[in-house]
Amino acid sequence: MNIIADFPISHIVLGSGLALIIIGLWGMLTQRNIIRIIIGFSLMDTGIHMVMVAIGYITGGTAPIINDAVPFADAVNRVVDPVPSALVLTAIVIGLGVTAVMLSFALRIYKTRKTLMIDECSESKW
Amino acid sequence: MIKRLFIFLMLALLAMIFFNLAANYSENTTLSKLGHYYVEKGPQELGAPNLVTAVVVTYRGLDTLGEVTVLFISAAGVGLLLRRTRRQQDGEDLEKGDRAEETAITHRPASEIVETATELLLPMVILFGIYVFMNGHLSPGGGFQGGAIIASGTMFLLLALPESHISRLLVAITESLSGFSYVIVGVLGVILAGGFLDNRFMDLGNYGELFSAGAIPLIYTLVGLKVGFELSAVLDRFRKEDSGPL
Repeated sequence: MNIIADFPISHIVLGSGLALIIIGLWGMLTQRNIIRIIIGFSLMDTGIHMVMVAIGYITGGTAPIINDAVPFADAVNRVVDPVPSALVLTAIVIGLGVTAVMLSFALRIYKTRKTLMIDECSESKW
Repeated sequence: MIKRLFIFLMLALLAMIFFNLAANYSENTTLSKLGHYYVEKGPQELGAPNLVTAVVVTYRGLDTLGEVTVLFISAAGVGLLLRRTRRQQDGEDLEKGDRAEETAITHRPASEIVETATELLLPMVILFGIYVFMNGHLSPGGGFQGGAIIASGTMFLLLALPESHISRLLVAITESLSGFSYVIVGVLGVILAGGFLDNRFMDLGNYGELFSAGAIPLIYTLVGLKVGFELSAVLDRFRKEDSGPL
């Protein structure tokens, strides 16, 4: 019970989101396989979304849907901030589009070079 | 080696920054000024119970139009990158003869369980997708979520019946029409109501009913159709690429 009081849900979400960002960045920097780099990007993306959602949380708040469950008069004190949620919704869709384009680039590289290792693609290396 | 060390050092520094951020973080107890305004005025002004939808579709509607455009561009980019030129196709057809044995192994049909489950579940999945985007202003959900559910139905279809094909023409027409209507609805908001993508040019109706909140259900239906068809086309592109001998 004490542990739950010390670590509220938003702290857990924030902490794991920040950890996911670091894991994803580590994957993007150290892995040589293009598919693994893309997975690293997706992890980092998810981490950023979790951090944004955690920041929008209000203590004891519920989903910002004003109906019978959340009376209108008291709504301001009982719901979480709708703005970060809306931003995350946008960010998820953009992340999906970016991932799709990266995967099709990976397929294209595999078709022309028969490999997914980034070390083989050395002409743009400086 | 030195590179690894450098990466490790950088990540350790970043972790320190993040640790400080997380350690000094305390939950908000009141809404931000903007959030407060939306929660206080949103239901009255727009008639939409789901405030995330109100923010996404109306208050920040222009962002959503840009988001739909980004998704469209990425779908077009995938189409461009994974397109097959006539010459490639001919070369592959020639190769196919040599590799007939290999391809025979890779083209294993889906199992009976998957096929039967698809026949049973596909109409329900698509119906659920439509439900989610029609009710975007009342319950958690909306155009993007509903569109993604419809695309998962397409994924199901492609897994169970790999030979089925999605009509490019139908996708192009639906996508263009819904995107175009979305902009038209936005411009109607300028002419008949307060500004671009203002939902109040239609009757706000009774609070909490399916056909209420002005143009929000209309906009989310258009977005849902557009996203669903776009993602289905992207899945189809990847599948087409995969089915050819590499």
